Amino acid sequence: MKKILFYILLILIWEGIYKLGVDILGIWKPYIFPSPIDVFKTLVGLIKDNTIGIAIVASVKRIIVGYFISVIIGVTLGLTIAKFKYLEENLGPLILGLQTLPSICWLPFAILWYGLSESSIIFVIAIGSTFAVAMSVKYAIKNVNPLYIRAARTMGAKGSKIYTHVILPAALPDIVSGLKQGWSFAWRALMAGEMLSSTKGLGQVLMVGRDLADISQVVAVMIVIIILGLLVDKLVFSRLEKNMRHKWGLDRA
Amino acid sequence: MSLIVKDVSKEFISKYKRTSTLENFNLEIQKGDFVCILGPSGCGKSTLLNILAGLENATKGVVILNGNEITQPGPDRTVMFQEAALFPWLKVIDNVEFGMKMAGLPKEIRREKALHYLKMVHLSKFQNSYVYELSGGMKQRVALARALTLDSEILLMDEPFAALDSQTKMILQQELQRIWVKTKKTIVFITHNAEEAVYLANRVVVMAANPGRIKQEFIIELARPRQMESSDISYYTAKIMKALKEEVEKVAKAEYDGDWNIEENTVLYSSDTDMGGNL
Repeated sequence: MKKILFYILLILIWEGIYKLGVDILGIWKPYIFPSPIDVFKTLVGLIKDNTIGIAIVASVKRIIVGYFISVIIGVTLGLTIAKFKYLEENLGPLILGLQTLPSICWLPFAILWYGLSESSIIFVIAIGSTFAVAMSVKYAIKNVNPLYIRAARTMGAKGSKIYTHVILPAALPDIVSGLKQGWSFAWRALMAGEMLSSTKGLGQVLMVGRDLADISQVVAVMIVIIILGLLVDKLVFSRLEKNMRHKWGLDRA
Repeated sequence: MSLIVKDVSKEFISKYKRTSTLENFNLEIQKGDFVCILGPSGCGKSTLLNILAGLENATKGVVILNGNEITQPGPDRTVMFQEAALFPWLKVIDNVEFGMKMAGLPKEIRREKALHYLKMVHLSKFQNSYVYELSGGMKQRVALARALTLDSEILLMDEPFAALDSQTKMILQQELQRIWVKTKKTIVFITHNAEEAVYLANRVVVMAANPGRIKQEFIIELARPRQMESSDISYYTAKIMKALKEEVEKVAKAEYDGDWNIEENTVLYSSDTDMGGNL
């Protein structure tokens, strides 16, 4: 309730600044500073003519495919690196380096490979989150309490059974945190990719707003992107992560 | 069954020095023995237990269980650690079943046996709980049940009650005594508490530090069930403390300033003692 009040207040202040800056003082042109009412109207319009719906479907399709690929490759890569010390020492720093490279830097590369197509955006999404996932899976495995492994060995667990029955479940909360981080990387890569090379999707609708000098549309789409990002983060990952950390006894010292 | 520790030495070599943690350690344990290894911190008693468990290898010497040399951990020597080391992603009952699952026992047999031992530690009510719902003492009970299910030749315990509060500790010591009388399991129990050792064990092995070796062995011939407050326990404890004190002092002297002395600290003089002058 208090939160809702806070946001209503925030919107009122926004409207106030708009009235003052655009209508009364005339410092800004209407296409530079949007009013919350216009943004809301545009948003309703975009929903009504189904522009947003189509865009969301297109974007979600891409991110699901791209994220799925990055999880498969990232987890495999992370597990492999954690398993072999040689790879950890040599490949580890390289992956860390690649992780710091903003994913959009891969777009020119992707366009040369795949052309201006669906595949190039999916490539950027996948590569944007693969390394983050791989690194956190590696750290998750390395962080497993060695006592668990010792205890399992004294109970007769050996080889791959230690992996499947002890190390992986013990590392699961940290792996989920890594997947969450990977998702946010993928989400950013998706938007960047769509804005630069796409014919549909949320990023493209955003760019259309710019092309038409329609700042209300730009802000409306931004709000949709924020809400979608929050929904996935809060409803899927944070909830999963919290439940797991609680059960694993990691949330109390 | 017999466990023979023969001339076991263990050295840790770091860049700057080599530390001899155990030197020519010899011990023979028969079936049904309850042996307590007692010693000051840093005397290598945990290292010894790790070698018995197969988690570490001796630099020299061998450990032989029933004629086979020990080189790696196995379910014939289960271990209870200071921390319960239960798996938080499993329910209590699944934790207890873990070892049997690794051994490939069928589900029904596992469940039946797990329940049997959970009952023995009085926790059958909590079989479907998760580990985070249990207290420290309950966790150690579950760990004990889990260790017992494997029907191991020998149960190795590395200060399992050291992290518990004293009331919980007392109850668990009673329980362990009861369970040992009932199952006649061979137990090697590491502790730094002389009273605990006397209360639980048939044989108390006092270790000396730097390098770790056997200083003296005591046979505790007291009837069971023993009472912690009985004078017999105090008698043995005093005897063992005498042997232990020298070692504790030696270790402490190496750690503290040179002028520290255990004897000076046995009586505390206070400035307001008036020796009865106001009578």
